Amino acid sequence: MSSKADILKKIKQNQPALITDLPDLSVLGSEEFDVLETYKTVLKNIGGDPVEVGNYAEIIQYIKANYNLDKRLITTIPELSEIATLDWTNDDPHSLQDVELNVIKAHFGVAENSALWVTDDLLGQRVSPFIAQYLAIIVYKKDIIPTMHQAYEKIGNQEYGFGTFIAGPSKTADIEQSLVLGAHGARGLIVFLLD
Amino acid sequence: MSSKKTIQHSEAAARFNKDTERVNWHDETLWFVREKRDRSANQIADWELLRETASKIKNNVLSNIHDYLIEFEANAKKNGITVHWAADAKEHNEIVHSIMAKHDVKQMVKSKSMLTEECHLNDYLAEKGIEVIDSDLGEYIVQLRKEPPSHIVLPAIHLKKEDVSETFHEHLGTEKGNIDPQYLTESARLSLRNTFLTRKVALTGVNFAIAETGEIVVCTNEGNADMGAHLADVHIACMGFEKLIPQRKHLGVFLRLLARSATGQPITTFSSHFKKPREGKEIHIVIVDNGRSTQLGREDFRNSLKCIRCGACMNTCPVYRRSGGHSYHNAVAGPIGSILAPNLDMSKNADLPFASTLCGSCTNVCPVKIDIHDQLYKWRQVLVKEGHTPTSKTVAMKTMATVLANPTIFNIAGKSGRFVMKNLPGLVNNKMNKWYDQREMPAVPQESFREWYKKNSREAKAKDNE
Repeated sequence: MSSKADILKKIKQNQPALITDLPDLSVLGSEEFDVLETYKTVLKNIGGDPVEVGNYAEIIQYIKANYNLDKRLITTIPELSEIATLDWTNDDPHSLQDVELNVIKAHFGVAENSALWVTDDLLGQRVSPFIAQYLAIIVYKKDIIPTMHQAYEKIGNQEYGFGTFIAGPSKTADIEQSLVLGAHGARGLIVFLLD
Repeated sequence: MSSKKTIQHSEAAARFNKDTERVNWHDETLWFVREKRDRSANQIADWELLRETASKIKNNVLSNIHDYLIEFEANAKKNGITVHWAADAKEHNEIVHSIMAKHDVKQMVKSKSMLTEECHLNDYLAEKGIEVIDSDLGEYIVQLRKEPPSHIVLPAIHLKKEDVSETFHEHLGTEKGNIDPQYLTESARLSLRNTFLTRKVALTGVNFAIAETGEIVVCTNEGNADMGAHLADVHIACMGFEKLIPQRKHLGVFLRLLARSATGQPITTFSSHFKKPREGKEIHIVIVDNGRSTQLGREDFRNSLKCIRCGACMNTCPVYRRSGGHSYHNAVAGPIGSILAPNLDMSKNADLPFASTLCGSCTNVCPVKIDIHDQLYKWRQVLVKEGHTPTSKTVAMKTMATVLANPTIFNIAGKSGRFVMKNLPGLVNNKMNKWYDQREMPAVPQESFREWYKKNSREAKAKDNE
């Protein structure tokens, strides 16, 4: 632990003598725009697919029509038990490697960047939104907020072990700047926007 | 220039420029990224206010970092995270190795961490018999080629898809000549998926560490940091101490700026907040100094510690775009690397602050308002004063100062210059003359301006008319 003491001592000696004030954040995030429309546009721009639905039945219908139900579908949402399993949350996370589609809920979405806030109580397992081949996230339209400033106001002192913002499918442009969806995480992201 | 191994930036840049087509591609591609940054920034009405706010938050951090570090450590510990402190690269590497050794693990999967590049962790662990696989696609490519990353955000930006295809053919057995990025990425995905599923220890970098909550935030587009960390038993996160920010809500400012500045994206695909380990698993955070506390004490240069590693200064830099990241012989290249590197090793990196036109574009795009080009200029003065610049440059500058300060010598020098260029052009038009490199010397004027002025000024004409 002697390095800690040395480092801190040196920092104390060398940091500026006067502590400067933290800026006021309340002046930020007051941009005005159509929150839902912006959310959908931004999501499409980064490779995600917004799907507006009225209820869970419509979500089930959509998944039945677009995914192979013979493959492994998982969810943390009891209303979707007809098409996806719920009993995987205490398994070894490695056992999720064959999941085709994972359907989860988000606390809220952010219009300016289409990010969705999820924490481990919604994920079932931390690795679930990353390891599945495809990901679908459900969010209420009323829970779309304008910017990241409102997002952190909403998060406040929320207690979690792990939380993440997810914006679109996993992607890379590391080969000659050519965009490829599905780097290591989900190859596609559907966002069900629920009334 | 003491280190014999280090090739000077100008020389490395000259080599990079031999392949004109590739240099032009490199230049245009990075400029394209810069333009995406502009389009993205222009959509945010409050962009300048955001930059100013981010700058103020970072100034506050630098002025109070001692207390924030103590607060961060206490909160991280409360969350069940183990915190380590490393004074330098050596100690950092030893700590990481000791965690591996404690768990008797010989393999690691790593996501992007420029700090571990700075500390040469991979080489150290390889010597200890530990296999490290870099999982960011760009880093994976350069690792297979035994090259360092050439850009902090786009590690393989110096390569063309033909290069990647060849590398993957050799190491992953992909089809020879198949240069489709989709196909190549898919091949890497399959190979690395197996890596993620079999590694017990995952190492990640840290984008932000929050003093108030003791959590860390890691941003990726690929999801590689999360695939590694959530499947491993042990997650090691390494950070320079300047990654601290005071409160969670400050992330709102930085996450709005980071990806827009880096690639023009509104946010990275994943912005993951690690607060507590999974049950029965471990998170270790290694807080590293490695010269940062010294930089904190250099009043002219401490602002460089505000950097959030977006790479915008590289994408906009006319010198970086046309010299390539490897010419900077430092983990962090480009303008920001050139003001960080001399702090690490003044003698080895004395060439870097000169690898700039001082155009100021870096300063204009920096999301946390670091005065990069001013610092480049100030480093030059420090380096000359401390005797780290080459003698040829010092002698040339001193000679020039003498000539310019004395009208008689200036006159003679001009005359002899014109005489030599006219009658003995070989003395000037040769490889010894740096001004002749890549350009033709101008035609010799008949007379100097001074001579012309003597004949044509009003007084001279008045005299003639008398």
